[in-house]
Amino acid sequence: MSTASTEVAPGPTGAAQSAATARKRRMTPARIALHVFLAVMALGWLFPLLWAVFNSFRDYAYTAEHGYASFGGFTLANYANAWERGNFTHHFVNSVLITAPAVLLTLFLSACVAFVLTRFSFKLNLTLLGVFLAANLLPPQSLLIPIYRIFRLAPLPMWMSDSGTLLNSYWALILVNTAVQTGFCTFVLSNYMKTLPHELYESAEVDGATVVRQFWQLTLPLCRPPLAALATLQVTWIYNEFFWATVLLQSGDKFPITSALNNLKGQFFVDYNLLSAGSVLVALPPIIIFFVLQKQFVSGLTLGATKG
Amino acid sequence: MSVTSPTPAGRVRKDTTEGGASARRRRRRTTGLDRAVVAVMVGVPTALVILLVWLPAFGSVLLGFARWEGIGGLDTIQWIGLENYRNIFTIYPPFYPALQNNLIWLLFIFFVPTLLGIFLAVLLDRELRGGRLYQTAFFLPVVLSLALTGFIWQLLYSRDQGLVNAIAGTEIDWYGNPDVNLWAILVATGWKHVGYVMLLYLAGLKAVDPSLREAAAMDGSGEVSTFFRIILPVMAPINIIVLVVTFIDSLRAFDIVWVVNKGRNGLELIAALVTQNVVGEASRIGFGSALATIMLLISSLFVAVYLKVVMGGRK
Repeated sequence: MSTASTEVAPGPTGAAQSAATARKRRMTPARIALHVFLAVMALGWLFPLLWAVFNSFRDYAYTAEHGYASFGGFTLANYANAWERGNFTHHFVNSVLITAPAVLLTLFLSACVAFVLTRFSFKLNLTLLGVFLAANLLPPQSLLIPIYRIFRLAPLPMWMSDSGTLLNSYWALILVNTAVQTGFCTFVLSNYMKTLPHELYESAEVDGATVVRQFWQLTLPLCRPPLAALATLQVTWIYNEFFWATVLLQSGDKFPITSALNNLKGQFFVDYNLLSAGSVLVALPPIIIFFVLQKQFVSGLTLGATKG
Repeated sequence: MSVTSPTPAGRVRKDTTEGGASARRRRRRTTGLDRAVVAVMVGVPTALVILLVWLPAFGSVLLGFARWEGIGGLDTIQWIGLENYRNIFTIYPPFYPALQNNLIWLLFIFFVPTLLGIFLAVLLDRELRGGRLYQTAFFLPVVLSLALTGFIWQLLYSRDQGLVNAIAGTEIDWYGNPDVNLWAILVATGWKHVGYVMLLYLAGLKAVDPSLREAAAMDGSGEVSTFFRIILPVMAPINIIVLVVTFIDSLRAFDIVWVVNKGRNGLELIAALVTQNVVGEASRIGFGSALATIMLLISSLFVAVYLKVVMGGRK
């Protein structure tokens, strides 16, 4: 955790120090070459995104006449069109309806498991952690057929799902995403909880605190940093999830936004400017999350990989 | 594994890993309620994961030996032994192209974006003005979905209106032409993969003890040789994780080919074949399950390595 956070957000002193050392260091030719190389690469990396943004603001008729390698024809109409034709309000709401409960459930369940696994020890501890973590890594396609059949047979009351079954309902996606993601979160959280001093619980026990109170009032508040990191990561992942949404929801109107982008592709021709605007709109939430919560995002990713 | 097995009654006790803990171990007064709570806390998530991951995985293996159109009850299932596998390996045309494409995918993603990501991490792992800016640029594609990546690159790859053709003066349908579309898609996938590897590696490099480098520098070891002789071996766990993640992601590759053309015409991948056999026109449950089992077998190898590495230090 500490390695990741120092890397992402150097404190004011750290920044000042590194600026000072950088100034002291002479700009050798090698260093200039390094900067040129990195700058060119970075621009190349941003280019596909910038190209999409650039063309999303241009009129289709203009680019059709002058070609895309031109300048002009700026308009905002693509955004309005994409929003309307792609029914974006509806699909963004779908994304929220799937992502929010799935992330909350995932974090809650994995916190429960991690708490028990680190707080109490019994023989099956490591096995259980392996069971959860491996579930996160199996290819989802290899689980598809049984899940598809089970969900098709599982009845749900009409007020929960208008298809009458688990298949073709938001519940299906919430459950599957939760089951798959719990492993990673359990692993990260249990790594973090292991670092909490054990004396904490001993004094709580002397006070007669129940397991529930220890979990809720002691462990969870202390786990705010990894929970924030995981929440950021999971919101992005589940928002981006494509496979399960595509196969478990058959009716297009239930698709979350990531799977709904196909609606903007016309049957016979593709309006690339419209598609660019749609792509930019779909890309915005994770990009905003990344810029606002960069520290959480990065520490969540590195936490899972570098510890253990 | 039954739901309650992880919490054998009365065996719930404190972790005694700390030094001298056994001496301090007091008999914990676990009430019945506490035990029930612990059982539920572990039991519910375990049940969910077993029901929605392990049971289906097992189901795929089982159904791989069956013939079933999926219509009618479970009693219409015919057990046909290894016939599905025989058919896959002998008379199913897309199988070998898919296998080959998955292999090309793996080799490309490893030799180009993975190594590039490591290289960038090494370059960025020093006091560099604007270092964070570069990092952000490389990492930005990682937060986008692979499906969206497919759309964004379409603007560059389009036959009539794409930038690539406009610059190169060609008229290639980069997503449609089976001779080139796999490579076009690999470039787009690699674009997203580089930042992820860079980030993992950068975190690993920051954790390397600086005195190691100093010692190497005192010995007059150059930067390149220090990296290969000292840093790389120290980073063994990260190396293995990066490797396994690359393998698993290559095997699971699906989203981008599905948005481009549902995994046909040059873009056959095993994951897409499984999906086609279930949600497509023909619902061939047994056959699709046999394909899924092949995926499962390959992936379990890498999953085992991954678990061994990340959980090795525990106990």
